[in-house]
Amino acid sequence: MTTQTEVSTGAQPPEPEVEKQRTWRDYFTFNTDHKVIGIQYLVTSFIFYLIGGALAGVMRTELATPNPNFVQPEFYNRLFTMHGTIMIFLWIIPAGAGFANYLIPLMIGAKDMAFPRLNAVAFWIIPIGGLLLLGSFFVGAPQAGWTSYPPLSLLTGKAGEELWILSVLLLGTSSILGAINFVTTIWKMRVPSMGWNDMPLLCWSMLATSGLILIGTPVLAAAMILLSFDLIVGTTFFNPTGGGDPIVYQHMFWFYSHPAVYIMILPFFGIISEVLPVHARKPIFAYRAIAYSNLAISFLGLLVWAHHMFTSGTPGWLRMFFMATTMLIAVPTGIKVFSWCATLWGGKISLNSSMLFGMGFISAFLIGGLSGVMVASVPFDIHVHDTYFIVAHLHYVLFGGSVLGLFAGIYHWFPKMTGHMLNETWGRIHFALTFIGLNLTFLPMHELGLLGMNRRIALYDAEFQLLNLVCTAGSYLLAVSTIPFLVNAIWSWIRGRQASGNPWKALTLEWQTSSPPAIENFDEEPVLWSGPYDYGIDVLSADSEESVEELLSEVQADVR
Amino acid sequence: MRKTVNTSSRITILLTGIAATLFSLWYGQNNGLLPVAASEDASQVDGIFSLMMTVATGLFLLIQGALLFSAIKFRRRKGDETDGPPIAGNVPLEIAWTAIPTVMVLLISVYSFDVYNTMGGLDREASQDPGPQKVSYRSGQHPGSELLAFDPGQKYLALGVGASPQQKEEPEEPLPVEVNGIQYAWIFTYPDTGVVSGELHLPVGRQIDLKITAGDVLHAFWLPEFRLKQDAVPGRETQLRFEPNRVGEYSVVCAELCGAYHGVMKTTLHVQTPEEYEHWSQEQQIAQADKLENSVAATPNSRSASEFLAPYAERMGVESQTLEQLKASPTASASN
Repeated sequence: MTTQTEVSTGAQPPEPEVEKQRTWRDYFTFNTDHKVIGIQYLVTSFIFYLIGGALAGVMRTELATPNPNFVQPEFYNRLFTMHGTIMIFLWIIPAGAGFANYLIPLMIGAKDMAFPRLNAVAFWIIPIGGLLLLGSFFVGAPQAGWTSYPPLSLLTGKAGEELWILSVLLLGTSSILGAINFVTTIWKMRVPSMGWNDMPLLCWSMLATSGLILIGTPVLAAAMILLSFDLIVGTTFFNPTGGGDPIVYQHMFWFYSHPAVYIMILPFFGIISEVLPVHARKPIFAYRAIAYSNLAISFLGLLVWAHHMFTSGTPGWLRMFFMATTMLIAVPTGIKVFSWCATLWGGKISLNSSMLFGMGFISAFLIGGLSGVMVASVPFDIHVHDTYFIVAHLHYVLFGGSVLGLFAGIYHWFPKMTGHMLNETWGRIHFALTFIGLNLTFLPMHELGLLGMNRRIALYDAEFQLLNLVCTAGSYLLAVSTIPFLVNAIWSWIRGRQASGNPWKALTLEWQTSSPPAIENFDEEPVLWSGPYDYGIDVLSADSEESVEELLSEVQADVR
Repeated sequence: MRKTVNTSSRITILLTGIAATLFSLWYGQNNGLLPVAASEDASQVDGIFSLMMTVATGLFLLIQGALLFSAIKFRRRKGDETDGPPIAGNVPLEIAWTAIPTVMVLLISVYSFDVYNTMGGLDREASQDPGPQKVSYRSGQHPGSELLAFDPGQKYLALGVGASPQQKEEPEEPLPVEVNGIQYAWIFTYPDTGVVSGELHLPVGRQIDLKITAGDVLHAFWLPEFRLKQDAVPGRETQLRFEPNRVGEYSVVCAELCGAYHGVMKTTLHVQTPEEYEHWSQEQQIAQADKLENSVAATPNSRSASEFLAPYAERMGVESQTLEQLKASPTASASN
């Protein structure tokens, strides 16, 4: 496929410099190519994943025994504050943005994002914000949790807390810039023949995600700025000693940070919707339901924030209101899960690494979703709020959901991004270790929370030790599970088997160009010759005996 | 997908479904995941959990079963390069899996609403946010007394879980206890007797009315065996009303991150028979009656704070609450 592309571009007279190839140096520069930026996002966020994971490893080691004997309790608080912040703002959110950056222009047949320079700015803010955050370790890292509730956050060290605030402000800005770009690109730059309902589902989920980012993040920024004033110049917006109200901060914080949960999961809903049909060789089940449920989740997601505050300063009737909206959000989410299962049902499933992670995603996300409905119920949430039940729930959603979805995406698009195939055997080993480790680490936490173990503690009752030991063992397994992936990814990137333009015989537009794609994506504007998920047409026209591959090559010929 | 389903596989599906349903029903009731319930309210909450666990188990089996079945049955055979059937949707099925979950979550919501109301969560006096009141600045009264918020009818308002509709009818006055959360301890004051304690003692079978405040940062007062939790917010007063119905020792846990030693901020709740409780109360009153002059240090959060500090404060120009802040948050002042 690569050679074909070269031949075809060579045949076009007026563009002599198209042959330019990306070199590794491009990835360390202010490059405006969305594909370079996408990979910059993914690699940077993966590095932060390793850092955040290492912090988690230290925490789990401390929690192997009831007494604080591995790290000081104060340092433990710094660890979970940094772990949460890094995993959310520097791993999952930027990784989702990375996929979207890389894929959306390709999927809609565009040459680049709508605002390439803005795009590069959005990316380069991330390492700056990340280094700022990590730098706080030298001045006393923040220790008030990733939620940073005042008054505690105002009392636990100014420098670290202010660095945390600045870092979150920067990362939020990056996220807003990215969202503006995604919305504009999806709205304006589709190939003319692609209507809204011909878009790949990742585009729908990024639209919904970007809407949430644009509405929610400015409110977080406002909260951060006010908190900064309280911290540095001694105002009392949130400080009760001057008549301020800490509850107002919680509202402002969660007005962003609950939608942030959907900002973190919706892109991966999109990725799963891309991965499953390709490897199950079946159309996505209920395209419109999945597409529009993104919008429903996005809308409802803006109306549920106070369910993080059921035991806080929320009046009774408001608790009831937020319970109802939170319960309702299970419906569009359920539609997706059912539709994904129906997509698999009756298909011809290749159990490759990408598909395994995809199915693992459904399996683990389901558990997070079910416990999510439970904690929506006010009387039950009053019991489990701020306990390990919540820790279990959020990790099933964010690790079982987002991270497994992310790996499904990496195994799926790695050939497209690098032009090399990943090793399948190591991919499956990676999946097995991750999936077992995930359940071993987080499943027992449900029971810990129900029994009475509160979260964010460095020391706990001896009665909880056995389950904690299991969790710690699981977390070590998770740490080990990244090794096969790292080795596989690096090795395959350099030495892996060459990938063709379309190794999975997929139908979305990104597979209609070479792997890796040419610098401006397509040599000519691509032609939308089928819907994104029209698998099984070879069965329909059984007498013509045409396979997808043949159709594809025909189209390629047409393009030429 | 629409392959002809023969009778034997129909029976298999039916039997699997029945087995899964039965298992879900059984597991919902007998999961044994929760600790003992020490009040009627707690048992009510456990009822919701049982229902949710039943539904969750059923859905868990359904989806994981479908995934496993698909992974085995619908695996691509070697050499088969064709696609699956081009089924892109099924409207009745989609309507079903939209409507059924909607009805289920509505049922759970209504059930939860009902339980919450029975618990007293919608008690008008205990479920409205009076907004922040002044705190920590004022000298004089003990913390809490200036926190009372009044509605136009001069009625007391707080946030939290109040009296249930039935309890409101009962003539018996609840036993009031003031709870103050400071880094890293709970301090319980019994306004009726003046007893101050670091552990909570309550008589079984009587309404308890906890008024919860915080002296420094946010805390959360959690009674796992009572399934009750309410944040202690500096500047606000919050409330929990409940009735212990089981004698025993239970844990009192701080559930909101409050600093480095958040993990040690716990104490014991002793639910005692009325006689034992009276005995304890008497003992405490005698023990605490004559200690003020002799004591090296008295807890400034007790009722006696103003009394204790007033003369010094006047002389030194220091307000009692300032002192209290200093004492209450050693780590805070250290790191500032």
